[in-house]
Amino acid sequence: MKRKHQRLFLGLAALGAIGGASGLALSALQDQAAFFYTPSDVATKSPLTDKAVRLGGMVEKGSIRHLSDGVTIAFVVTDNAAKVPVRFTGVAPDLFKEGSGVVAEGKFTDAGGFVADNLLAKHDERYMPPEIADKMAAAGAGTTAAGTK
Amino acid sequence: MIHALANPTRFLKIARLLTPLLFWGGLALVLFGCWGGLTQTPPDYLQKESVRIMYIHVPSAWLGMGGWSSLALACFAFLVWRHPLAALAARAIAPVGAVFAALCLITGSIWGRPTWGTWWEWDGRLSTMLLLLFIYIGWIALERADRERGGDGRIPALLGIAGTALLPVIRYSVVWWNTLHQGQSLSLTKSTIDPSMLWPLLVNLMGFSLLFGGVVLMRMRSALAEQRIEARIRRMTA
Repeated sequence: MKRKHQRLFLGLAALGAIGGASGLALSALQDQAAFFYTPSDVATKSPLTDKAVRLGGMVEKGSIRHLSDGVTIAFVVTDNAAKVPVRFTGVAPDLFKEGSGVVAEGKFTDAGGFVADNLLAKHDERYMPPEIADKMAAAGAGTTAAGTK
Repeated sequence: MIHALANPTRFLKIARLLTPLLFWGGLALVLFGCWGGLTQTPPDYLQKESVRIMYIHVPSAWLGMGGWSSLALACFAFLVWRHPLAALAARAIAPVGAVFAALCLITGSIWGRPTWGTWWEWDGRLSTMLLLLFIYIGWIALERADRERGGDGRIPALLGIAGTALLPVIRYSVVWWNTLHQGQSLSLTKSTIDPSMLWPLLVNLMGFSLLFGGVVLMRMRSALAEQRIEARIRRMTA
């Protein structure tokens, strides 16, 4: 075997090894690397109370309520399988609305609710002009894709 | 093919022809794409005008990652065929790719503030892209240190190849993990971006890619010219 071929073979073997190693590392990371928990995760995982966590999902339609103190809102985060009621005091981002994705940072309460101290709006992968969005809304095409996979 | 290009004289002949074509062609496309993206396309129904940042952000992300792929290819060719022109190509690519990776992070951050409500979050996509920028910077430092100490270029070439492990992680981070960053909008077969907003993005993707190639060729030619001058000076003083 010529030296050049030997190096080619070694190079390809190294590439394979790197690929395998990163694959293993990633599968081990699977849970830790998640940016937020979904409501279903919360239902199945060990209790998450008293830890600062992020909860992500869709804001359930018709669930946003403004409380009487004027600065607190209550809403429900859902992933179409499980639901978590959330309370948040402060200024929500512009894109925070019913039927679209949200990531809430905060803590679970013992009662099973979630108190957020920060809200992030999650944008989905669809981009369109307002007229088309209006037409789609009128045709009843739901906004279900955002936030779920 | 590789061996034909590996001849510096032949390479320079082709590069001299290609450089202005790529550079000016790319610049013209980018100017046209930016004009289209800033004045001709409608705003997004949710993001409003800030959607226009994608006309720079997406090509930057593409070239930040594409830059590393081409750097790794050059490193691989250098390790296997030991041709100095491949090492020169990797050296020419690195800072250009790093600039695009940085542009991607900066434009993304500016977009994230009005859209998500945050400049920065440690989510899978954002963190891995930042890691890529750090690897670029680390590679540039390592390659320089290796050259200063009279190394044979093997160690930076190995890092160049090892760094490719990050590329699929960046690409699939939004699929594997739940992230704040949205999923992929654009692939070879489908797009979830309305056609009326899409075309300047495609023009800019093409334009920035040509520009990237033009700048890399320029850097390779100037490095070769520098080597020739040094060699001539050495001969004159000897």
